[in-house]
Amino acid sequence: MTATQWIWLAVALPLAGFLVNGALALRRRPAVLPVSIVGPGVLLGAFLVSLAVAVELLGAPPHEPQVVRLWSWMPVGALQIDLAFQVDQLSMVMLLVVTGVGSLIHLFSVGYMREDPGYARYFAYLNLFIVFMLVLVLGSSLPVLFIGWEGVGLCSYLLIGFWFTEKANADAGKKAFIMNRIGDFGVLVAMFLLWRELGTLDFARIAQLAPTELAAGGTVVTLITLFLFLGCTGKSAQIPLYTWLPDAMAGPTPVSALIHAATMVTAGVYLVARTNVLFAMAPVSSAVVAGIGAVTALFAATIALRQYDIKKVLAYSTVSQLGYMFVGVGSAAYAAGIFHLVTHAFFKALLFLGSGSVIHAMHHAYHATHSHEDAQDMRNMGGLRQYMPWTFWLMTIATFAIAGVPPLSGFFSKDEILASAFARGNEMPVYYLFYALCVVAAFLTAFYMARLMAMTFLGENRTGGEERRHLHEAPWIMTGPLVVLGVLTVVGGVFNLPAFVGGHHRLESWLEPVTAAAAAFARVELPHGSTELFLVGAAVLVGVVGLALGYRLTQARRIPTAHEAPEDKGIARVLNRKYFVDELYDAAVVRPLVALSRVVLWKGVDQGVIDGAAVNGSARLSRGLGWLGSRLQTGQVGMYVVLFLVGALWILRAVIR
Amino acid sequence: MQADIAPLLGPALGVSAILFSLGVAGVLLRRNVIVLFVCIELMLNAVNLTFVALSQLHGTSGQVMVVFVMTVAAAEAAVGLAIILAVFRHKQTVDLQNINLLRG
Repeated sequence: MTATQWIWLAVALPLAGFLVNGALALRRRPAVLPVSIVGPGVLLGAFLVSLAVAVELLGAPPHEPQVVRLWSWMPVGALQIDLAFQVDQLSMVMLLVVTGVGSLIHLFSVGYMREDPGYARYFAYLNLFIVFMLVLVLGSSLPVLFIGWEGVGLCSYLLIGFWFTEKANADAGKKAFIMNRIGDFGVLVAMFLLWRELGTLDFARIAQLAPTELAAGGTVVTLITLFLFLGCTGKSAQIPLYTWLPDAMAGPTPVSALIHAATMVTAGVYLVARTNVLFAMAPVSSAVVAGIGAVTALFAATIALRQYDIKKVLAYSTVSQLGYMFVGVGSAAYAAGIFHLVTHAFFKALLFLGSGSVIHAMHHAYHATHSHEDAQDMRNMGGLRQYMPWTFWLMTIATFAIAGVPPLSGFFSKDEILASAFARGNEMPVYYLFYALCVVAAFLTAFYMARLMAMTFLGENRTGGEERRHLHEAPWIMTGPLVVLGVLTVVGGVFNLPAFVGGHHRLESWLEPVTAAAAAFARVELPHGSTELFLVGAAVLVGVVGLALGYRLTQARRIPTAHEAPEDKGIARVLNRKYFVDELYDAAVVRPLVALSRVVLWKGVDQGVIDGAAVNGSARLSRGLGWLGSRLQTGQVGMYVVLFLVGALWILRAVIR
Repeated sequence: MQADIAPLLGPALGVSAILFSLGVAGVLLRRNVIVLFVCIELMLNAVNLTFVALSQLHGTSGQVMVVFVMTVAAAEAAVGLAIILAVFRHKQTVDLQNINLLRG
């Protein structure tokens, strides 16, 4: 019996946790202790299972993906879909990230959510999310992946609207769900097309059949990949479906860290990497992926420049970083995309959890003085460094990592993506443009992160005299996971050290069996020698200058508190209001739809056709027929006899003939 | 040789048909309930005659049936006359045109 055969346990444990916590949530009295043990406990168990599988895989790397069949799910004629898990190099990486980072965030949540009345419900949802996320990364075929894909969307909806008594939160949940449905439509269409063209939905079979059955660069494979990517833009918050992610910050902060930074939103990147052979066969689609990624990276970074809510800055930062990952996988550098996914999971989870402990402290301070100020507005913070030194230093590490300062993890992964995009420029010059967009976005990333740190932790404190005395560092159960993530943020780069610092691209060669089929169609030759060093130098320079500028400009002037701040004007207002994209969508999509529903569907179809013609019409018809029938009933016996006779003769005639 | 086996079958059926038609015509044309009633009896007896005539060919079951019909007709006469009496007490008439309680 090998550890791989027990992979289902990694899914079953969180599922059991969901059932237990869900049952506890139904009780009237809160059950803090059992929930605190079961919730993070099952995750740690799943992490141990993942570790065991990883050790086994590292010992003997398989060339073929190992498929663990649980049961036959949909045997319909030629369509045979098993509920099966696929263990290979790629799913192992994802498995470790999901359960590892997930465990840390579960532990953090114990401190963050302890006083919430919905504590058990929270952990039930969180466990259920992990179940679906693991099904997503382990599924051996597109339909099984799709179970997880839909399931994480459901849990995301439930957790964004966790505090559903406020309408804005519930609306944010709905927005996320609906935006994702648009993307899901794309995945479904892609599945139908794949089934029609290849007759299979298993990843292994797709990788086998696609190179021979489909024409490389043809319309079919381009369509399939574009539809798949539509799904990715929904799930991974890329233009044009990104607007749900910033609103998703309405949920509890650990949820933002787990679902909307580290795991679920990276599912799109995972999907592209998983179906790499299809994307490699469709250079047009790959260019679209990289292009959308690059534009999103820059676009979201500019919005982040002018946000005041600490979580909104991080949300747009996440959208921007996801754009980077898509540039990576769009440049056929699938390993680079996954590498950035992993390091981003570390440092962005750290940033979100750090902001969580800041909000925790601010919330407590305002709560103690019964103030109604905004605990998430950075204009109300400032100078928090002396109150929460651990959080400050850990978030500083993460800031340097995301800005690409060597030798932190973000430097290596971002550099790899930039180099890949640059290298693809050889074949398709448009990739040079993508590279340039990414470099500008990298500068802005460093800038807004420095601004965030300066506004939150440095300078004068703006919380208020009375409140200041209540500011404090978070408890160890919250800082502990931060420290672990901090260590990972620092050393995360060693998984894939590039050659110029004496590394061997470990992750890249590790993922080679998964990307081998794609490598036949699109291969990235990373630049070497002086070009490589120039690229690295440019990236570092941009990051450092961005950090310095962001720090200097934010520190240069006095920041008014949210209360007394004047309204933004000009370009700042456009950025603060996110380019008015939400308003644009509202005017272009939502309002016409509402008007159409009201005028055509409600007044026309429902009231006119269904109520008028179908419901009332059938009643009127039977009443009319009844009236006709009643005319026959004259009460005259003679008439009855005549009718009876006619009828009898008619039947007689029919019988005799 | 139909005639040998069943003498007078043709004339008997003919009389029966005439009687039946007279009954039908009476029911259709007359308005007095009593007359109507008599016409119904006429039709029943026309059927009885048919039964008896045809029983020559098909054995005695036709004759047995006649006894049944007469029994039912007697019962029917009793009930029918009672109804007519009740209606007359109620409406002071036995003219069918004035009796139309079942009008829709």
